[in-house]
Amino acid sequence: MSDLEASFSILKNTNVLLYIGKGVLFTLIISVVAVLSSILIGSVLALVRNYCNKGFAKIFRILATWYIEIFRNTPLLLWIFICLVFCPCPEAFSHKMFGLTTVETKLLFKAAVALILFTSSIIAEIIRGGLNAIAHGQFEAAHAQGFNIVQTMVYVILPQAYRKVVPTLLSQVTSTIKDSSYLANIATIELMARVKQLLSSANRYNGTGTINVSDVFVLFGFAALIYFIINYTLSCVVRSLQKRQKKPVRAA
Amino acid sequence: MSGIFSARAWGKVWAYRQSFLLGLFNTARTAAFAILLALMLGIIFGLMATSGKKILYGISRIYVELIQNTPILLQTCFLYYAMAFSGHSLGIILTGIIALGVYTGAYMAEAVRAGIEAIPKGQFEAAQSQGFNYLERMYYIILPQSIKIILPPMVNQVVNLIKNTSCLYIIGGADLISLTYSFVTGENTGGAYAPAYLVSGFLFFIICYPLSKIASTWEMYLKRREQRTAPVKRTTEGEVSGNE
Repeated sequence: MSDLEASFSILKNTNVLLYIGKGVLFTLIISVVAVLSSILIGSVLALVRNYCNKGFAKIFRILATWYIEIFRNTPLLLWIFICLVFCPCPEAFSHKMFGLTTVETKLLFKAAVALILFTSSIIAEIIRGGLNAIAHGQFEAAHAQGFNIVQTMVYVILPQAYRKVVPTLLSQVTSTIKDSSYLANIATIELMARVKQLLSSANRYNGTGTINVSDVFVLFGFAALIYFIINYTLSCVVRSLQKRQKKPVRAA
Repeated sequence: MSGIFSARAWGKVWAYRQSFLLGLFNTARTAAFAILLALMLGIIFGLMATSGKKILYGISRIYVELIQNTPILLQTCFLYYAMAFSGHSLGIILTGIIALGVYTGAYMAEAVRAGIEAIPKGQFEAAQSQGFNYLERMYYIILPQSIKIILPPMVNQVVNLIKNTSCLYIIGGADLISLTYSFVTGENTGGAYAPAYLVSGFLFFIICYPLSKIASTWEMYLKRREQRTAPVKRTTEGEVSGNE
């Protein structure tokens, strides 16, 4: 029992809490940035894969299709390792930042690129699902109004597609938060990595001098609780949105 | 590019092909047993969620929410270190099988639940009125109808499971990705980054791509058939909401 109390005393340490809190912040920032940039890239990929089917433009369609299929069918960790070696890091990210060392900022940038590449392929498929659900009459109507293809996409098709996929995109945020824990494999930046780091030095904080089983339960349990609170809140939002979408919309 | 066209780097990969094959074997072994465990858990908890009993439904909800809302990496680490520090280390592969099986089982349970809930209530009542008991009802009436709805998402989850075997890396790793990484960073073997990653990515791709292709084609087929056989009323409704 005293082991357990000793383990809980780790969480009473302000520095430890601050350390974990920073990890949570990094997890959230990385995931949000990854999803937002992935929506941009994914939209382009989805549009190209769906509508570039005339003559020369077919090449782009094939490229987009291969991009999506390759990234969807290989693990994220492989891409993180690949980006570590091959992704160039711009000057802007090559110095101390956000309380990380130079090496860590570089790693963070490269891993974030991998996460964005990976997530954008999944989001492209989600957006494509939204695009496929749009009635063909919408294109004809926009065309009849004199919109060119870019205007049709930007003003008519994409807004409708986005509205259809908002719940799925939000649940993708959940998946991305979970996926971001793969960054723990290469650097101590986000929540998962920090908790693992704390575990390996738990003997310094819990006062008993050794690492006990209860430390594993307390530390990982605490991290699981944080992840659960964030993700469960999101999935509740998703569910209420889905319920609202299912209700038939009555035209006034 | 660290030697994507260099014959020496490719030669190195070929010379150490045993380590890639071992990684593939470990990944396949972990995935195969984890799929079995996930299927079992998925069917049990999926049936619990649709049994109509409050307690069983509650237990299955807790399982699904708890597992789906925490990362697989955390679960793997938790299992591994909890067992290691209490003195009964499970070993990397067994930890992977249990963690992946439990994680994917939650998604399988959701797929089973959705499939069973898609069957109209009349089917259950009709089967009951014919004197079928619970097992017969499920086996003869409900499952043959819902298996078509359940299988595509299940195949997608199998693909995710195979990709998630890379979570073994954090606990010491014996899977394909981990062995690839130790190959490219190893003292004697290091440097052949591009060929090694290409090989390991290709191995994953040739396993996962056919599976996800089957799943998406199947789903598309089901959607088309549903549209074809949908009653007239539903199609007019669809048009109204399409024109909103």
